[in-house]
Amino acid sequence: MATEQTKPRQLTLGDQFLIFGRSGWEQAAWNYPRLQNLGFCYLMIPAIRRLYPDKQEAGAAAERHLALFNTMPYMQSLITGVTLSLEEDHANGKPVSAEDISAVKVGMMGSLAGVADPVWWGTWRPILSAFAASLALSGFGIVGPLVFFIGWNVVRLAFRWIAQRWGYHQGLKVVTALSSGMLQKLTLGASIVGMFVMGAIVPRWTRVKLAPIIATSAQGSLSLQGMLDRLLPGLVPLLLTLGCVWLLRRHVKPLWLLVGVFVIGLGGYWLGIFR
Amino acid sequence: MSIWGVLIIAFLAGIEGVIDEWEFHQPIVACTLVGLATGNLVSGIALGASLQLVTLGWMNIGAAVAPDPALAAVVAAWWVSGPAHLPVAAGVILAIPLALIGQGLTQGLRKLIIPLVQQADVAAASGNLHRIDWILRLSVVLQGLRVLIPTALLMWIPSTWIHASYHLLPQVIQGGLRVSAGLLVVVSFAIVINMMATRQLWPFFFIGFALATDGHLSLVALGLIGVGLAILYLRLQDGGHHDNGGGGGTQTDEDELDRELDDL
Repeated sequence: MATEQTKPRQLTLGDQFLIFGRSGWEQAAWNYPRLQNLGFCYLMIPAIRRLYPDKQEAGAAAERHLALFNTMPYMQSLITGVTLSLEEDHANGKPVSAEDISAVKVGMMGSLAGVADPVWWGTWRPILSAFAASLALSGFGIVGPLVFFIGWNVVRLAFRWIAQRWGYHQGLKVVTALSSGMLQKLTLGASIVGMFVMGAIVPRWTRVKLAPIIATSAQGSLSLQGMLDRLLPGLVPLLLTLGCVWLLRRHVKPLWLLVGVFVIGLGGYWLGIFR
Repeated sequence: MSIWGVLIIAFLAGIEGVIDEWEFHQPIVACTLVGLATGNLVSGIALGASLQLVTLGWMNIGAAVAPDPALAAVVAAWWVSGPAHLPVAAGVILAIPLALIGQGLTQGLRKLIIPLVQQADVAAASGNLHRIDWILRLSVVLQGLRVLIPTALLMWIPSTWIHASYHLLPQVIQGGLRVSAGLLVVVSFAIVINMMATRQLWPFFFIGFALATDGHLSLVALGLIGVGLAILYLRLQDGGHHDNGGGGGTQTDEDELDRELDDL
């Protein structure tokens, strides 16, 4: 770190772009004891090359980024940005130790994954893909898959780039900004939309029809589905869904729910309840 | 020609199944591409959309590994839009055991890859960054092969056998499979709901449900209503907060959210 007299080492925009390109491969070497460690090290390599021309220093930097790491892959871009700014300070001899860098990474990865997993995997992907599937199933054909593919990737790439740039410019200020409760608010908002849309999806996209006639008398026939449709369409899917949620809360494995629903479908058709 | 196309899609889906970036492994993308490769785009899209709803709740969170839609989507799509011409419902049902096989394979590879990752430690110790790059790229190839190889093996099964065995099934089972394929989506819906649901959020679920039973509202309109409600709720929550002078309402809500997130 005897570089006080020389020009400060700085990441170029090109480096940042390379790192952005690499950040999408983070999970390729996902492994059990250390999870995304190799992936994170891989995406830091352009920065390590730029900041540590000395082979020993470069090796040490690579080693510290091979430590256990795991977060929601897209939020990693924000952590990457902050880490880049810290590495730059470290390389220029500012009072940022290697331990500080690791501590910031570990501190951010858990809390960010906690808020981001429900938003990306729990809300945005189900909503976008269900919307795309409904387009495909209602006669729009190829438009459905295209909406999903383009919609997902535009949002994802924009988010990654902006998060990485923001993290790099703000550095440690990101940590204080995140603890202001802003993220919690965003997660709550996303969960509200998610719950609302899931409520809407349940009756629309569960295909189940009850057998047309359940009782015939002299006055005419009584259709169970017709009666339910007048009372509350989608009641059967609603009850099945709520039943599954109830069982999940009691730690029943999703696999058993799939088996159970499969048996209900087969048995119900055989008994003539569903058609 | 179409066989090579399907194998390339299997390779891409295998990579995506673990990196989760471009989402080639999601049925709505993977099945559509297989449909394109086999020249039966319509059945590919139909399977992709149906299977997408079933796999909606499968997500890798933390260190947990969900069933793998990659192998399921590619192979089921080959059986539906390829020469076996299975009906979409049969494809949806067959995708479930395939996804479980895929889950076993991806969990296995996450352990098998450990010695390779340890090579990266050796490379780092000697400052050999170039080697770390190549170790990661090799992992990418392994992830692709993880789905490509079992796909190739399953494609080996003669299509005529698959076609014939489906049509050997009694009418009652075929109808039952169709009903089951339509019902399986509720499990995924339940997984997603279970992930988000807190006591304060259930009303939004029921409002969404009630509005959706009116067939005139499109999904986009419903989405707009949902966003509007969310904004209103957050605004009102802020307002209440100020009125109470740092009141407890917001506090408990956030605590509840935290608890819920901890449960995950």
